[in-house]
Amino acid sequence: MSTKQKDTIDRFLKGGMSRREMGLRLGRLGLGGAAAAYMLNKGMSEAQAADFDWKKHSGKTINLLLNKHPYADAMIANIENFKSMTGMDVKYDVFPEDVYFDKVAAALSSKSTQYDAFMTGAYQTWQYGPAGWIEDLNEYISDPEQTNPNYNWDDMLPGIRASTAWSGVPGAELGGEGAKQWALPWGFELNSISYNRRIFDQLKIEPAKDLPGLVEQAKMITDSDAGVYGIGVRGSRSWATIHPGYLSAFANYGAKDLEVQDDGMLKAAMNSDAGKEMTNLWVKMIQESGPKNWATYTWYQVGTDLGAGASAMIYDADILGYFMNGGDNKEAGNLAYSAFAPKPGAEAPTPNVWIWSLAMSTFGNQKDATWYFMQWASGTDHALFGARQMDFVNPVRSSVWKDEEFRARIAKSYPGYIEQFEASSPGSKIYFTPQPLFQTVTTDWAAALQKMVANEVPVDEGLDELAANIDKQLKSAGLG
Amino acid sequence: MAATTATQPPASPRKSRLGTAALPYLLSLPALLVCIGIIVPFLTAVWYSLQRYNLNLPYLRGFVWFQQYIDLFTDTTFWHTVQVSLVYTFATVVLELLLGLGIALLLRRPSKLHNIMSIALLLPLMVAPAIAALMWKLMTHPDFGILSWLIQQVGITNFRWAAAPSSALFTVLLVDIWVYTPFMMILLLAGLRGLPKQPFEAAELDGVPASFVFFRITLPMLTPYIITAALFRMLDSIQQFDIIYAMTQGGPGDTLLVFQVMAYLDFFQNFNVGRSAAVLMVLWAIAYILSNIFIKHWLRLRERARGAA
Repeated sequence: MSTKQKDTIDRFLKGGMSRREMGLRLGRLGLGGAAAAYMLNKGMSEAQAADFDWKKHSGKTINLLLNKHPYADAMIANIENFKSMTGMDVKYDVFPEDVYFDKVAAALSSKSTQYDAFMTGAYQTWQYGPAGWIEDLNEYISDPEQTNPNYNWDDMLPGIRASTAWSGVPGAELGGEGAKQWALPWGFELNSISYNRRIFDQLKIEPAKDLPGLVEQAKMITDSDAGVYGIGVRGSRSWATIHPGYLSAFANYGAKDLEVQDDGMLKAAMNSDAGKEMTNLWVKMIQESGPKNWATYTWYQVGTDLGAGASAMIYDADILGYFMNGGDNKEAGNLAYSAFAPKPGAEAPTPNVWIWSLAMSTFGNQKDATWYFMQWASGTDHALFGARQMDFVNPVRSSVWKDEEFRARIAKSYPGYIEQFEASSPGSKIYFTPQPLFQTVTTDWAAALQKMVANEVPVDEGLDELAANIDKQLKSAGLG
Repeated sequence: MAATTATQPPASPRKSRLGTAALPYLLSLPALLVCIGIIVPFLTAVWYSLQRYNLNLPYLRGFVWFQQYIDLFTDTTFWHTVQVSLVYTFATVVLELLLGLGIALLLRRPSKLHNIMSIALLLPLMVAPAIAALMWKLMTHPDFGILSWLIQQVGITNFRWAAAPSSALFTVLLVDIWVYTPFMMILLLAGLRGLPKQPFEAAELDGVPASFVFFRITLPMLTPYIITAALFRMLDSIQQFDIIYAMTQGGPGDTLLVFQVMAYLDFFQNFNVGRSAAVLMVLWAIAYILSNIFIKHWLRLRERARGAA
């Protein structure tokens, strides 16, 4: 950074000029928008460094295990700032999601010291935490010696923060009494409708308001001359099939995965009347107007079909629809977003959330240095950089959601995105019951759903069989 | 140096005898180490299979003798796994054997063209099975897959390949056959080209029909090669993982939940080490029994051949 560039940024940070003026001055100094933002972030990091000894672990190298994701891309794009601020080095391995969680499981179960921190979902911490593979981060967050005074933990959205904390007691409330902070939230996603405005305009329709309407609308689109199928949802034999649209709709119908009994034991509850009503509609929707090879569909295929114009809409993560509205996608610029309350008459949407988070391995050899990286990566400055310049949506910090530059950028290119987010977020949380058999329950659930869609078993019977199977497994694990 | 050597007393006969006696043991030491290297992981798996051991349910851990096996044998899903694994193994071995033999017979006479073709036919074998599965996943995509387009041209619409329970096994069998038929072909081709020429020349002189030559001369002489090739493929097929997992993850439903996929999911998704190990021990037992049957048959044939000679 040249002296003039540094002075300009310092003046801005001290409140001596507006953002617009700073942008103009940096422009005159030959810096483009992206470079100016990077420089600004660097300046902010340097300013932040004045309040905290960021150089304490200078010379150390930490190793990360990352999933191939725009959040990881944003971090990598900004990593030089962290390196120059701390004098630390960061090395990372990036794996596609198909194999990512297996890689994490292999590293942790073998007690490998190779990785210090890694990306995880909140659900996975329900397995890693009780197994003793990840650190409780509360002790770091509450330690002023270890944590930058500007870290602003309270800026994290409370529901998201709580969702990454759990006591380890099966069925206990997330973020409740005795909860350990298993991970730092990084970015999250909730589930809503992302649709192709071009196709909807062509057919002169508006997004459906509830699940029965969605089923009808998806069939109408499939049967129309638009040459696309109605709706994309996930279908692979994996936990990932249950947690997005399916569980969001399931929760909206008032159904639950498991019930906590009076004695604290768990009992499968997915075969309730509400669960059966919703699942019947879901299965019908896929059979009539889902992707033909739905049973192999992961989020990659669901998103790609929307971006390529093969499907008219998806009921999946809002950020998946967001990613499809840019880049080289054929339908980039044509996509729009809509909040969705599946149960007719429901007051508001109840999206189940997925939270990409950062967790610290118990087996790493340099935990304090790792914590420095984690607080930087989940800090406000990096979140602002990612939100303004990269695809680091949806931010977990309320201050970033209030950032005008971020909001203006989203409002301009992603019609309806902020509106769907604001309508959906109050009811968004993790609707699964936290317990260590999460993967077993959800994978079996996905397999059962596949059988129902293939007409191998009627929906009611399929859910009853599933519940009986889950009860058996809970009992065998001492949880039911 | 030479002086030192000259002053050393000659080795006593007793010491020399000891050295000679120890030599075989010393020479077999590397083999012993290899054996230990093989047996230790095996015994570890046996040990885990006798325990209730789930990584994220540490309070469950304990020695339970054969309870894991009893639980498996009383689980209907497991018997489905046994069934689908055996059907998959039998189908791949038989179909690949027939196709491999057919191609090998066509290419048996060495010529430049045949040599080039046999090399070209080996190409699928050089593709990693997981990559082959992804290629086929694309080729069978109902919207833009070339195979889907081709079958639509002959009037078959709405065929869902690996996504439907009725056609999933057929689809993964296709991929397996595509990848591994060349393996059968190359082994059998080597066998065919290695057969003695005299019986065939004699049959030709006598004007013996081709079918008689094939069933009475070629096939019996080729049987040891066929058994060897089938044994290799059987051991591989019953442990198939890459193709099935990459294409279906064991689904739709439990349609393709073969041994390896079940064990993999038990370990990597459910962290259930004990059950995963028990599944793999059952797989080992089945592979061991089948291998024994093949090897005994092969030895019997060899004895018969020696007796005949």
